[in-house]
Amino acid sequence: MVVVYSRADRIFRRIVTAGALTSLLLLGLIASFLIFRSSGTFRQFGLSFITGSEWFSAGEDPVGGATTALADADDVSVFSIGPMIVGSLVVALIAMVFAVPLSIGGALYIEFYAPRAIYRVLVSLLDLAAAIPSLIFGLWGIQIFTPIGVRWATLLNDRLGFIPLFSVEFENFSRSPFVAGCVLAALVVPITTSVAREVYSRTPRDLIDTCFALGGTKWGAIRSVVIPYGKSGVIAGAMLGLGRALGETVAIYLMLNLVFDFSFQILDSAGGNVASMIALKFGEATDKEISALIAAGLVLFAITLIVNMVAASIVQRSTPRA
Amino acid sequence: MNTNAAADQFQGIEPLRPWAITRSARLKNLLRSLVFAFVAFVVTLVTPLANIDGWAFAFLLVNVAWVVGQTARLGAKERRDAVLRVVLTSLAVLAFVPWLSIFLTVLLKGYTAIYPGYFFSDMRTSTPEDEFNIGGAGHAIVGSLIMVAIATVITLPLGILSGIYLTEVRGRMTFLVRFIVQSMAGVPSVVAGLFIFTTVVQLMGKYSGIAGGLALAVLMLPTVSRTAEEVLKLVPDDLRSAGYALGARQWRTAIMVVLPTVKSGLITAGILGVARVIGETAPLLLTSLNTNGFVWNPVGGTVASLPTYIFSMFMYGTEYSTSRAWTGSLVLLALVFGFFVLARRLGATATQKAQTDSRKAKKLKKKS
Amino acid sequence: MTPQNVDSSTTMPQQHVASADFRGLETRGAHAWFGTHHALADVSLRFPERTVTGLIGPSGCGKSTFIRLLNRMHEFIPSAAMAGEVLLNGSDIYDPSEDPALVRLKVGMVFQKPNPFPAMTIRENVLAGIKLAHLKRENHDDIVEQCLSRAGLWKEVKDRLGASGGSLSGGQQQRLCIARSLAVEPQVLLMDEPCSALDPGSTLRIEETIKELAEKITVVIVTHNMQQASRVSDFCAFFLTDGGPGYLVEADATRKIFTNPTDLRTADYVQGKFG
Repeated sequence: MVVVYSRADRIFRRIVTAGALTSLLLLGLIASFLIFRSSGTFRQFGLSFITGSEWFSAGEDPVGGATTALADADDVSVFSIGPMIVGSLVVALIAMVFAVPLSIGGALYIEFYAPRAIYRVLVSLLDLAAAIPSLIFGLWGIQIFTPIGVRWATLLNDRLGFIPLFSVEFENFSRSPFVAGCVLAALVVPITTSVAREVYSRTPRDLIDTCFALGGTKWGAIRSVVIPYGKSGVIAGAMLGLGRALGETVAIYLMLNLVFDFSFQILDSAGGNVASMIALKFGEATDKEISALIAAGLVLFAITLIVNMVAASIVQRSTPRA
Repeated sequence: MNTNAAADQFQGIEPLRPWAITRSARLKNLLRSLVFAFVAFVVTLVTPLANIDGWAFAFLLVNVAWVVGQTARLGAKERRDAVLRVVLTSLAVLAFVPWLSIFLTVLLKGYTAIYPGYFFSDMRTSTPEDEFNIGGAGHAIVGSLIMVAIATVITLPLGILSGIYLTEVRGRMTFLVRFIVQSMAGVPSVVAGLFIFTTVVQLMGKYSGIAGGLALAVLMLPTVSRTAEEVLKLVPDDLRSAGYALGARQWRTAIMVVLPTVKSGLITAGILGVARVIGETAPLLLTSLNTNGFVWNPVGGTVASLPTYIFSMFMYGTEYSTSRAWTGSLVLLALVFGFFVLARRLGATATQKAQTDSRKAKKLKKKS
Repeated sequence: MTPQNVDSSTTMPQQHVASADFRGLETRGAHAWFGTHHALADVSLRFPERTVTGLIGPSGCGKSTFIRLLNRMHEFIPSAAMAGEVLLNGSDIYDPSEDPALVRLKVGMVFQKPNPFPAMTIRENVLAGIKLAHLKRENHDDIVEQCLSRAGLWKEVKDRLGASGGSLSGGQQQRLCIARSLAVEPQVLLMDEPCSALDPGSTLRIEETIKELAEKITVVIVTHNMQQASRVSDFCAFFLTDGGPGYLVEADATRKIFTNPTDLRTADYVQGKFG
C-alpha cells in the first residue's frame, strides 16, 4: 500500500522520530558518560581491574568536598573487582541451580496438571510474584528464610563437607552465598517460570493429542513433545533470570558481608557481588573511587548485556520454527 | 420439525462424564492427603527431619511411597507417570511457597504498626524507637509518588513516541531503536543510580528528589516503550486501512484512529512501568537517599521514599524499627499490587476494544 | 422423515453376526455435548471388521465429534460430556475400569493435518507410539519396515530413515503418520479427513493405502469428499443436522448409498444438491 506523505505527515514523522531517538540518545549519553568517567580507572589498572582482588582507597576527601592530592607513595589507591565478579557469578549460579528445576516443574504443573479452575489464579499469582520488590525479598530472606537455609547448609557441610565447595573456615552459615543464593532463587523463579509457562503453552495442541492418540500418558507427551519443543524458549528464560540475578543489589547487600577474597566456599561467610559493592562504597567515595565504581558498573552492565543478548538471539533463532 | 422431534426424544438423556474424578474420589484423595500430612508430622518427631522443611520433605516421601505402591501392579509407564505427577506438583508448590510466605509475613508483621495516622505523619518528631502510634511513613509515600510521577512524566511520552515510531512510522532506525530499548532493559538498577549520581547529583551538589525521579525514569523507559509497542501492534491493520480509505493522512490516522483505540493500553504501559519502578531501592539509595520529614520540593534536598524508608528502618536494627520496616513493606506491596491489578483491568479492556474495533473496521471497509 | 437411527436394525448390515458375538467397534445411542450445546444425538452404528466405513455429510454435523468419541479423545475438551455406549469387542470403552490409554492403543487415529514429531527422525517417528506406550518389542527394524511398507512409504524413505520427520512432503508426512499409528497394532484406525490438506496425487496414494489397510484392520474415515467416499469405503454413514445436534440419517453399503439410498436427503446430498 503506497501512502503519500503530506507536509503535516512529515512533521508528524519527524516529531515521532525525535521522540524515539531520544531514547537512543539517552543510552548513548549514559554509555559515553560512563565510559568517559571510568576511563581513568581502566587506563591506570587495565586488566588487573578485573583480575585483581584489592580495593583500597587512599585518603582524599570524599566527593562534595575539596580534594587534596596526596603525594605520598604509600597512599596509592588500588581498585579491582575480581572477587566481586566471582561473587556475582557464584551467587547467581547457586540461584539458577535452584531456580531452573523449580521453574520448569512449576511451569509444567501449571500448564498440564493444575485443575482448570485455578489455572488463571496461578498465572496471575506468578505475575504478582514477579512484581515483589527485591528489598522485601531481602527482608524476608534475613528474618524468615535464614534459619531454614542454615539448616540446609549445615546438612551440606556435615555430609558433603569433604568437598572443598562445601567446607568452611567457621561454622557460621547465616550470611553465606548459599543462603543468599537460595533467596535469589526465589526472586528469579517468577521470571523464569513465566517464560517457561508461556513457551509450554504454545506447544502445538495436535502434537500433544497425537501422543495421547498413540496410547501415551501425560508425562510421555510432555517428555516427547513439550520439553523438546520448549527447550530454547526455556533456556532464554533462564538467561533472563540469570541476568536479573547478576544485577541484584539490595537483597545481596542485606544478606552478605562483602569480603574481598576469591572464595568458592559457598557455605562460608564471605562473598558479595558487584552491584552491592557499588551501593556500599559510593557514599564516601573519593573522586578516583567514583571512577572505579563506574568502571565496575560498566563491567556489570556489559556482563548482563551479553547475557540478555544471548537470550534474545536464542529466542530469535527458535521463532521461525514455531 | 425434525429438531423438535429430536429435542423431545432426548429429554431423558443425561450428559455424563465417565472419565472425570467423582466427588467421592476427590473426598477420598483429600482425606488421604490429611492422613499423609499427619504421618509426615510423626516422621518429623522420630527422625532427624525436623521443622517445616523436614516435614515438607517427609510429606513428599510419603506421597511418592504411596504412589509407587499403588502402581506396583501396573507397568513402569504408569508408575513413572504417577511419580512424576507427584514430583512436578511438589516442584510447583516449592516454587510458590516463598511468595506465599512473603505475603503472609508482610501482612502479619506489617500489620502491627499500622494506625490511621500512619499515612499522614512522618518521622521528624519521632525516632524509630518510639511506640507505633508516633510517627509514620506518610513522607515516604509522598516522596515515592512524587518521584514516580516525575519519572512517568518523562517516560510516558518518550515511550509512546518510541512505540509509534516502531509500529507506525517504521523508519530506518527501527532496528537500532528496538535494540537500544532492549539493551536498556538490562541496565542494572544500581548503574542507573550511579549514572544519575555522577551527573545530576554532583552537578547540583546535593541529593534530590528529581535525581531520584530521573534514575527511575532510566529504568522505566524500556518497560513503557516495550509495552507501548506491543499495545500498538495489537491494533489491526484493517483499522488503519479504513482510516486511509476514508481519505485521512497518516498522522491523522495515527492520532485520531489508532491512538484512541489503544488509550487504555498505553495507560496500562505507564502503570506497569510504575509498578516495576516504585519498589526499586538501589537507584534511590544513590540519588535521593532518605529523610525524616515531608518534602514537597523535588529539588530541595533529600527525599524519603518507601524503599529507602524501609531500608533505613531495617538497618537501624531494633525491634520497633524492624516492625516499621515491615509496615512500610506492607504499604509498598499494597501499592505495587494495586497498580498491577489496575493495569490488568485496563489491559483486558484494551484487548477487548481492539477486537471489537477490528470488527468495526471490517464493516467500514465493506461499506466503502 | 424421522431419523432412522433408533434401533439396531438400522445399523450396518452385518452378515449373520449376532449382537453378542460381534467383535469390533460399535456405538449404541451415542450422544456428545460441549457444555450445554448438544452436538451429537443418538448415533448407533456398527463398524464391520476389516472394512472401510466412510462418515459423510455437510460440515458441522458432528462427524469429527463422533469419531473422537470412538477413541476417547473427546474428553480432552474441558466442557465435554457424552452419553450412550461405545463398545469394542463387546465391552464399553467408557467403563471406569478401562484404561483410556489402552483403548487408544486399540483404536488409533490419524489427524487432518499431517503432524510428524518435528524433533524426531523418520525412524523415531514410526517407533514413537511403541516408546510412548512402553510396549516391549524386540524387532524395531522389522517394525519400521513393515509399517512404512503398509503405509506405502518404505521405498521412498528406506535410505534416509535418519532424516527429520519434517523434511518430507505433505503426502509423505501423512503416510508417516499412518505408519506411526500402525506400529502399535491397532484394531481400528480412525481417520479425520486425512487427505483434505493434501494434493490430489498424494490423496490417491493414501486412498490406495487405506484399501490395503482394510485387509487387516477396520478403518473409519471422515470425509467431505464424496468421490473419495465412493472410491474408498465399503460402507457409508450419512450425518446431518437441522441446526440442532448432528444425527445419523442413513448407514448402508456404499453402492446402495450412492445409487439407491433409502432417504431422500441422502439422495440429495450424494447428488451434490447441498453440502
